[in-house]
Amino acid sequence: MASRNPGAKGSGLKVDRRKFLAGVAVAGAAGAVAPQAANAAAAAGATPARLPSALPPTAQTVAAETGAVLDTARVPGKPGSDYMVDVIKTLDIKYVPANCASSYRAIHESLIDYGGNKMPEFLTCMHEESAVGMAQGYFKIAGKPLMTLVHGTVGLQHATMGIYNAWCDRVPVIIMGGNDLDAAHRPPGVPTFHSAQDINALVRDFTKWDDTPVSLQHFGQSFVRAYKIAMTPPYGPVMISLDAGLQQEPVKEHGPALYIPRYVAESPPAGDPNAVREAAKLLANAQNPVIVVDRSARTPNGVRLLVQLAELLQAKVIDQQNRMNFPTTHYLNAQPGAVSGADVIIGLELSDYWATVNAYTDNGENDGVGANATRIKPDTKLISISSVDLLTKANYQDFQRFQTIDVAMAGDAETTLPSLIEAIKSEIPNDRKAAIDKRGEAARKAFADYQARTRQAAAIAWDTSPISTARLSMEIYGAIKDLDWSLVASEGNVSNWPNRLWPMEKHHQWIGRSGGYGVGYGAPASVGAALANRDIGGRFSVSIQSDGDLMYAPGVLWTAARHKIPLLAVMHNNRGYHQELMHVQRLSTFRDRVANIGNDLGPIGTSIMNPDIEYHKLAESMGWWAKGPIKDPALLGPAIKEAVEVVKSGQPALVNVWTQPR
Amino acid sequence: MRRSMFRVALAAFAVSAVLGQGSAFAASAEKGKAAFTKFGCWQCHGFQGQGSVATSNGKILAPDPLPWDTFSAFVRTSNTNMPPFTAKVVSDEDLADIYAYLQSIPKPADYKSIPLLNP
Repeated sequence: MASRNPGAKGSGLKVDRRKFLAGVAVAGAAGAVAPQAANAAAAAGATPARLPSALPPTAQTVAAETGAVLDTARVPGKPGSDYMVDVIKTLDIKYVPANCASSYRAIHESLIDYGGNKMPEFLTCMHEESAVGMAQGYFKIAGKPLMTLVHGTVGLQHATMGIYNAWCDRVPVIIMGGNDLDAAHRPPGVPTFHSAQDINALVRDFTKWDDTPVSLQHFGQSFVRAYKIAMTPPYGPVMISLDAGLQQEPVKEHGPALYIPRYVAESPPAGDPNAVREAAKLLANAQNPVIVVDRSARTPNGVRLLVQLAELLQAKVIDQQNRMNFPTTHYLNAQPGAVSGADVIIGLELSDYWATVNAYTDNGENDGVGANATRIKPDTKLISISSVDLLTKANYQDFQRFQTIDVAMAGDAETTLPSLIEAIKSEIPNDRKAAIDKRGEAARKAFADYQARTRQAAAIAWDTSPISTARLSMEIYGAIKDLDWSLVASEGNVSNWPNRLWPMEKHHQWIGRSGGYGVGYGAPASVGAALANRDIGGRFSVSIQSDGDLMYAPGVLWTAARHKIPLLAVMHNNRGYHQELMHVQRLSTFRDRVANIGNDLGPIGTSIMNPDIEYHKLAESMGWWAKGPIKDPALLGPAIKEAVEVVKSGQPALVNVWTQPR
Repeated sequence: MRRSMFRVALAAFAVSAVLGQGSAFAASAEKGKAAFTKFGCWQCHGFQGQGSVATSNGKILAPDPLPWDTFSAFVRTSNTNMPPFTAKVVSDEDLADIYAYLQSIPKPADYKSIPLLNP
């Protein structure tokens, strides 16, 4: 009589755990029987004998208490996860920052033993959000994606904020989540809590694509496809659920041989040629065209193209700074208010066109909603080139409020710029050239005036304690200006001083912000970017590291020290969650109340003081050189100079500085 | 609209109260510094009123604060991102002290004399 529970111990029947997924039954238990014996048995039409379980009597208790997945089989032949490593190696992925987990133990073992822990190299992380953040920062310097491995459900839940930041920041990251899908065979206890039928659902709303391979060949195709989708603008994270059983299955020695699909990069989408011509006409004949950019320059060539476009039109450029799009030293660099005089505005990869041309005031008007007002003239023509128009999701609407655009191109800005530039050249009337040159002269004067005003504003509170953010920024710059530097994060808002005062001319000198404004991005992203800078050949990485951001997952400091990633982190320690501090204060005042600050400086629940966190000691405990707290501005320069020398020797260094709020 | 009118009326009262009474308040920069912290002014404007492009739209309070009547009217009736601070929250005396504190903040050096601002 057949057992009602064929997989149960002693049932005498063993069906491959993938059968229900792949629809293919294979003879013999995966890994429990040598392939040769299993094949022979199958050929004879016999049911393979079931071997005794290796589970000790206390398995359930052990698993429940430790989460350890117990070996149920010793797999002969080439493990499936070795093939997975073969696939991964074809894609030139340099690192796997990850927090280790049982659900991906098989591929972990293959990566370090079969793959030699090279291409990719495993980087030990202490939080999945840190791992994804590192990948985000790394890509923005290297231009190449990293992959990360996460534990199904719990690890992926830790990773979600990092994934959301990468999504909003248009950064490709390949996430693989270990998942023990087969409920009938997975070890009891914790592995069940750590598995789900569809782990990808957790991040589906903010990933470009996901898949759940059910065979090794399916994995090969899915991984290459995932890489290709992630790396086609608009970039974005992708997710693969990696079944624990699939990782451990042997590569079949019969049937079609496994192959690895060849990766060929997809050409990025470009704006429609007719729309490009229409935009060129508008821009060439404009009296005062203005260019607004957000994530326009994907590469250093994007910066060169934008300079070419701006100079051709002598048009002011407003850089919203989610990448280094346009040199801060260029006389056409302008402030957000420049849109008010424009008759034509072209927005390149803007995440929020509405807020570019409208103002919002959080003043409680309109029944508490706040006041909206246009910032542009009513007849201003709006042009947009954005690849994000090609990728929208319903749930997380990071494209923000709706803005009517006169010429909208769904395409990648950097890819479209060469044809737009050529079209403008042919559209500029000869009698417009003198007027265009005159625009440039006016812009030069305005830029010089702006720089002088900005420097004078920076001089205010120069010698005060806590240290002004202008002083903080310029002390850092003074110590690194002769190096090939890269500002890899500036979290906590230092009034944008580096972008206003530092001469940023190269693409790597500023990599933008988190994307989703999820606090906790700065520390891991700066470590990831510093890793890429290190590998490029000793480029100096510096971050302005805020207090609240660091405390989300400070373990990434250890990862930096462990893997010898040189990074100078200068703390913007204003001892509070300052954005929220101001929000609560504003609400108290709107409601005609004195905000309750308790014994702190800010409203209760928003300060990080009493006790003050000694970040320098935290960093020291994890292998960093560190100094602080620096409260006297006269001591700041020498401390940073000392730290710079440490970083130049290959170590990470942190200077804890007490700062003004913004 | 009704709220705005109320604010204007309130401000007019506050300004007249302070200016009309002349020396009714012996404004104290020292007390003003404490009040500047207590009432959260520092949060957006910095401890020295230096302002920020991120929080005060670049508005610099000190040195050289706005004339008293403009300053106090703005504090009482602001319709910008800064909420209006009524006398219930910041008394006229506290406001005068805050103003005295802002007046006491010394002028910064010319940026041309600061090497780090001339790299």
